[in-house]
Amino acid sequence: MSVGLFDKYASLKANYDSLMASSPRNPFGVVIERPLSATVGIIEGRETLLFGTNNYLGLSQSTDARDAAIKTAQTMGVGTTGSRIANGTFGLHAKLEEALAKTFQRRHAMVFSTGYQANLGTISALVNKDDILFLDADSHASIYDGARLSGAQVIRFRHNDPADLEKRVARTANHKGARLIVAEGIYSMTGNIAPLNEFVEIKKRHNVPLMVDEAHSFGVLGTNGRGVAEVQNCEKDIDFIVGTFSKSLGTVGGYCVTDHDEIDLMRLCSRPYMFTASLPPEIIAATLAALDELTGRPDLRQKLQDNAARLHQGFKSVGLNTSNFISPVIAVTLENIPQAITFWNALLEAGVYVNLSLPPATPDNRPLLRCSVMAAHSAEEIDRAVAAFGHIAKELGVTA
Amino acid sequence: MTDSVANISQMIIQKLLENPKVPRDISGDSRIVEDLAFDSLAVMNFVMEIEDTLDVSVPLDKLADIRTINDLAGCLHSIKAEQA
Repeated sequence: MSVGLFDKYASLKANYDSLMASSPRNPFGVVIERPLSATVGIIEGRETLLFGTNNYLGLSQSTDARDAAIKTAQTMGVGTTGSRIANGTFGLHAKLEEALAKTFQRRHAMVFSTGYQANLGTISALVNKDDILFLDADSHASIYDGARLSGAQVIRFRHNDPADLEKRVARTANHKGARLIVAEGIYSMTGNIAPLNEFVEIKKRHNVPLMVDEAHSFGVLGTNGRGVAEVQNCEKDIDFIVGTFSKSLGTVGGYCVTDHDEIDLMRLCSRPYMFTASLPPEIIAATLAALDELTGRPDLRQKLQDNAARLHQGFKSVGLNTSNFISPVIAVTLENIPQAITFWNALLEAGVYVNLSLPPATPDNRPLLRCSVMAAHSAEEIDRAVAAFGHIAKELGVTA
Repeated sequence: MTDSVANISQMIIQKLLENPKVPRDISGDSRIVEDLAFDSLAVMNFVMEIEDTLDVSVPLDKLADIRTINDLAGCLHSIKAEQA
């Protein structure tokens, strides 16, 4: 008898059924009926504080970005209906690439239709089966998937551990093919910040190019919002910086910026860039407007940092287990899945939405209540969220 | 200790037995996912520990073909030989 298409998911189904039996709602099927603002949405008919949307600067609700999108849709329509290498490059796409290159002080930029595709498309354009990729063990799925698409050999190094990376790079000194190190700025699950300046020293010592995904740090860290590399003063030594529009810029899409003049070759061999429709013009226009706001309003970054510190301090004060990094991603680590499911449901019923992250998508095999804070949150909203966390943690015996 | 496949396999078993959750009756023929109940992430993290002991790096694609402890030992042995 032949095997059915879905037989391989028997264990996934058992885990899912057990999750659904213990949770009054599907944690992976939450519907935000509509947002009322950047920080409040209607969920299950109730006004709910949003603490899990990655909308760091609140720009998904930017008036300038919205108006730019409306005006562009009225004058250019709602789609390009084609690939960037065929009919899908409008003047706006070229304008956004110029604006991104200028923002990052790089010679070139390449825009992709999603952040996921930016990692897929950049990695698969840079390495192939004869090459080696060094990936941080906690890399985002888009980096692992880009590695798979490339066919390169993948060697993982311990999360945020320069000594471990160097050891692994040194072992491949005699490798005949090319090599590439890939790290992130802020890690999306935990909010951990990478020691990019130390990775840069390793890349220089071993002459291996470095690519960094600043998806969660662009617009968030650095005087000009250029991320962890700007904060650690090592931007020029990073060969490729990749990121997304769907976090701090509040729209959708992704990019790669670089000083390598071969970028036009990358456009010709990056399948995730070529074989998909380009971003619609209204999205590009909204992204350009949001980029202006991101670069022109450092006060948003300051507010975000203040809010991140307030939420972090609040969690510590009620005895919750969080990372020591103060970043806009703050994860509360719990001990087991049933406890995390109960906690997450209680938070939603108390009017606070956060992300529930379960193993194996989390480091250390422990569940996380992942929060992302915004510049748009008020101090009162943060305090309400902390109070809900503190109360529930006590009730469930997570804290004393 | 010479790094024969048998010695590497024995070293892997010793390391695995340091984890109290691993069944006590494992052998070189034990299947890592099915018999040890390791998920893909646990396998990758365990291999990182072994890599350090042997001073080798195992590319992820090689793990796809590994079912048993002896398979892993054979893979590590051949990579070590290539790197020598």
